[in-house]
Amino acid sequence: MNTLLHVDDLRVSFPTRTGVVEAVRGVSFSLGQERLGIVGESGSGKSQTGRAIMGLTPQQAEIRAKRLEFSGIDLLKASPAERRALRGNRVAMILQDPKYSLDPVMTIGRQILETLRTHEKIGKSEARERALDMLAAVQIRDPKRVYDLYPHEVSGGMGQRAMIAMMLIAGPELLIADEPTSALDVTVQLDILRILDRLVIDRGMGLIFISHDLRLVSTFCDRVIVMYAGKIVEELKASELSRAKHPYTQGLLNCMPKIGTSRHPLPVLDRQPEWLL
Amino acid sequence: MSTADTQTPARRANKRASAILKAIASFVVIVGTTYLGLLAVTFFIGRVVPIDPVLAIVGDRAPAHVVERTREEMGFNLPYYHQFYLYVKGVLSGDFGTSVLTTNPVMADIRRVFPATMELATVGTIIGAALGIPLGVLAAVKRGSLADQIVRIIGLIGYSVPIFWLGLLALLVFYARLGWTAGPGRIDVVFEYTFTPITGFFLLDAVLNRDRAAFKDIFAHIILPASLLGYFSLAYISRMTRSFMLNELSQEYIVAARAKGLSETRIIWGHALRNAAVPLVTVIALSYAGLLEGSVLTETVFAWPGLGLYITNSLQNADMNAVLGGTIVIGSVFIALNLLSDLLYRLLDPRTRIR
Repeated sequence: MNTLLHVDDLRVSFPTRTGVVEAVRGVSFSLGQERLGIVGESGSGKSQTGRAIMGLTPQQAEIRAKRLEFSGIDLLKASPAERRALRGNRVAMILQDPKYSLDPVMTIGRQILETLRTHEKIGKSEARERALDMLAAVQIRDPKRVYDLYPHEVSGGMGQRAMIAMMLIAGPELLIADEPTSALDVTVQLDILRILDRLVIDRGMGLIFISHDLRLVSTFCDRVIVMYAGKIVEELKASELSRAKHPYTQGLLNCMPKIGTSRHPLPVLDRQPEWLL
Repeated sequence: MSTADTQTPARRANKRASAILKAIASFVVIVGTTYLGLLAVTFFIGRVVPIDPVLAIVGDRAPAHVVERTREEMGFNLPYYHQFYLYVKGVLSGDFGTSVLTTNPVMADIRRVFPATMELATVGTIIGAALGIPLGVLAAVKRGSLADQIVRIIGLIGYSVPIFWLGLLALLVFYARLGWTAGPGRIDVVFEYTFTPITGFFLLDAVLNRDRAAFKDIFAHIILPASLLGYFSLAYISRMTRSFMLNELSQEYIVAARAKGLSETRIIWGHALRNAAVPLVTVIALSYAGLLEGSVLTETVFAWPGLGLYITNSLQNADMNAVLGGTIVIGSVFIALNLLSDLLYRLLDPRTRIR
């Protein structure tokens, strides 16, 4: 399997008035055409890892790494224009909540077209055809109607499908999904995951799936990275999650309810100061 | 095709039609009550001010029977509700009474002075928006930079320097010293007999008359006061644009737009400003309405025969019909501009459209 992404000792820090906040502190992994899950609690640096790869870190942040490479391109040395040409075209990202991540005053169709026409020279009618095909590919039954709708006129599940269509239309090789189902109803979550799974496999994409939901990640990904306070505490195959060694991972697993067993007293994470080191 | 499929669009169209009817009805009610309120307030003001309109006409040396007769002729002996009825009836048919000062019907006077004010305000607002919006966008995008500070200072000066002082200074520099612009007034006396106003908006009239020389002269007259008013509204518009833009730029859809690989130009002008434009419309409409009130100071400094000057003169001469007429015109302008910005809202923001 050829490697798509190399991340070696990635560090993201934010200078603030009260001192430097280190959001990511030396994360290393590599990724091929596989599904990698990154799990961790809020503030563990999982989202900032994804944004650093995309090049969407806020301006004041400082990014350092021994190596940050996407299909042979050194991302740290690439110019802003070069990184922009990658974004949406070869690396794409799905955000959490379609209610906020779609432009409210632009129709869904135009937002999808925008991605396509930024990266490809393509005629109007042909682009429209491709956008409609893409809407059909994310299992929207009536693409022509949805194409002309505004984001507030569709449901959350429909909005997230539109988001996926908007990000995948240019055919990226790597997709970063940052909590793509956290804002959705449980019943819709599975639909979206199934659509995402199919597209990732059919198109041979690499996927980084960022979530705080261990169970979801373990059923959906090949490999799981567990992050805590900006560091990777454990990396394992999704199927071997139950054999996790790190006490933090074990603690997270213990927190999950099981049908038929008593949950009294509720287990609480016993955070050890040495995890921070 | 099944019957259900044919019925649904028809039912949807029906629903939509009734929603639109409802919107129009509420619109009429809102305008009606606002207008009635405006009339009641102006009527009340006209009756409680410590100025006797009868004395203003006959003078304080007139014998008692003359005063009494005039009072009766003017309808002041009638009960208040009857007076109010007559007042509303008059206003609705465009009759604001006669101005004591000019002896013209107030409506005719306003028809003469209001276009002058409106022309000035329009050019001023265009200048203010055309410069204020880009400056505000620049300040928001380069937040905290030197450019942001410069825009802040430009705005602060525009806001805090008295406009009459700035007006005098501008006249001194650009008219008296440099001779780049024309002096006070709307048009040079040379054109007094050759130039015939059609609409009252002189720039437009000059175009309609194909009078190139007059257009040049009118432009030279209007540019200085309009720039001054423009600067004043620029100060406001640029500050508001900046804060609206900062709000939009921090939204998630901007991150999504970046993730799509769009250029910064496209993100700023195509997405952020397109969203910021919705509240900006209200800001610009209100600042335009403020200028339409007639900026008394600017009109005085530039001898601009506009509404502000007219109302001030009338007020100083106890010419209540003219003052009330002017007030009603200003109120109507506010109502109209509010409605206009409501309509623009619908155009700019799909979430407020009727479905």
